[in-house]
Amino acid sequence: MKSKLIGFLMNFWISFSLALYFHTGEREEKCIIEDIPSDTLVVGNYKVQRWDIHTHGFLESAPGLGMFVTVTSPTAEVLLSKLYGPQGTFTFTSYISGEHIICFQSNSTRFAVIAGSKLRIHLDIRVGEHFLDESAIQAKDKVNEVNIRLEHLIEQIHHVTREQDYEREREEKFRKKSEETNSNILWWAIVQTLILISVGIWQIKSLRDFFISKKLV
Amino acid sequence: MPGAVRTLCLAALLGALGARGTELTLELPDSAQRCFHQELESGVKFTLDYQVISGGHYDVDCYVEDPNGKTIYQETKKQYDSFSHHTEVKGVYTFCFSNEFSTFSHKIVYFDFQVGDEPPILPDMNNRVTALTQLESACVTIHEMLKAVIDSQTHYRLREAQDRSRAEELNGRVSYWSVGETLILFVVSIGQVMLLKSFFTEKRPSSGGAGT
Repeated sequence: MKSKLIGFLMNFWISFSLALYFHTGEREEKCIIEDIPSDTLVVGNYKVQRWDIHTHGFLESAPGLGMFVTVTSPTAEVLLSKLYGPQGTFTFTSYISGEHIICFQSNSTRFAVIAGSKLRIHLDIRVGEHFLDESAIQAKDKVNEVNIRLEHLIEQIHHVTREQDYEREREEKFRKKSEETNSNILWWAIVQTLILISVGIWQIKSLRDFFISKKLV
Repeated sequence: MPGAVRTLCLAALLGALGARGTELTLELPDSAQRCFHQELESGVKFTLDYQVISGGHYDVDCYVEDPNGKTIYQETKKQYDSFSHHTEVKGVYTFCFSNEFSTFSHKIVYFDFQVGDEPPILPDMNNRVTALTQLESACVTIHEMLKAVIDSQTHYRLREAQDRSRAEELNGRVSYWSVGETLILFVVSIGQVMLLKSFFTEKRPSSGGAGT
């Protein structure tokens, strides 16, 4: 039990020390876009650190520093909007396929922008459940281990299938848009030719009547 | 039993150390730059793939710096690229995407930063030849193939998003131009007639032909 806990904690720590990070201002909002099919689980780990001007480094933990995480669905409906601590995990499941926007904003109340004050955000986002489940490794015997691996593979295949269905939907939308453009071009070309001809006829008629009335012709 | 658990744990840790990958899609506003940093050991191979999905001419500047500040990769106005590197120095590597050359089009950029090689689905501890090992090797094969499928799907998803973005832009342009051209047609033709009429209209109240 103890070795299991240590193993899990070590993985957690390692995943943060090796995660990608970027810098942002104190009150700035940074968003990332995830284009995902419906019924997909998204898990995100983040860790935020604040720059300390006294030690010229990033503090390991800043008390009171939190992060607003907002997830917006493609129909502009808010799926998740919560305040987390300086380190946390958030998950959400998409109901509609499309572009989901995940936004991060700190709850820092410092209005004055202290020179050089910035935040460092470590981020790790996983889409679909195709990450290796570390707790599955502590299986008791070989059969169980292979069983768990097979379940993991089945989950991966389901994710692939969902992505393919979503791709099919999008290709249909794309094709409709292209056909619409094609028929638009054709229709406008015909309309403009008709307008040209009718306006030309109107011009000649109008000028002829005008010159006749002016006794020039 | 505890020994086996410990070995499995260690294998899992090594596996976690071996591979890390992050893929993100972000929006680059015009004249903006976004930088990302990753701490890496030396002797590790990393790969950065990026692609512009929509916006403007679908191009972006990108550069990668090693911990000593040396630029190991720099490209301007690229639509997509893939860059691999074996690290020599341990430290923080930075890669940045810049849209500073564009004044009004914001870009949507996808990047995938992979470190090391993906761990195998089963730890390769010993080579036993039993019926269970055949199951294990089948699992490994399926996992490898699924990884290739997922990679290929991501590639096609991005290409489709880019093409759809271009098609929507084209549709918008066609609509606006058609309406604009119709208006211009009307304005120009009516204007021509009025102008000509005004040439032959006398300003004095007395009438008279312009010429005989």
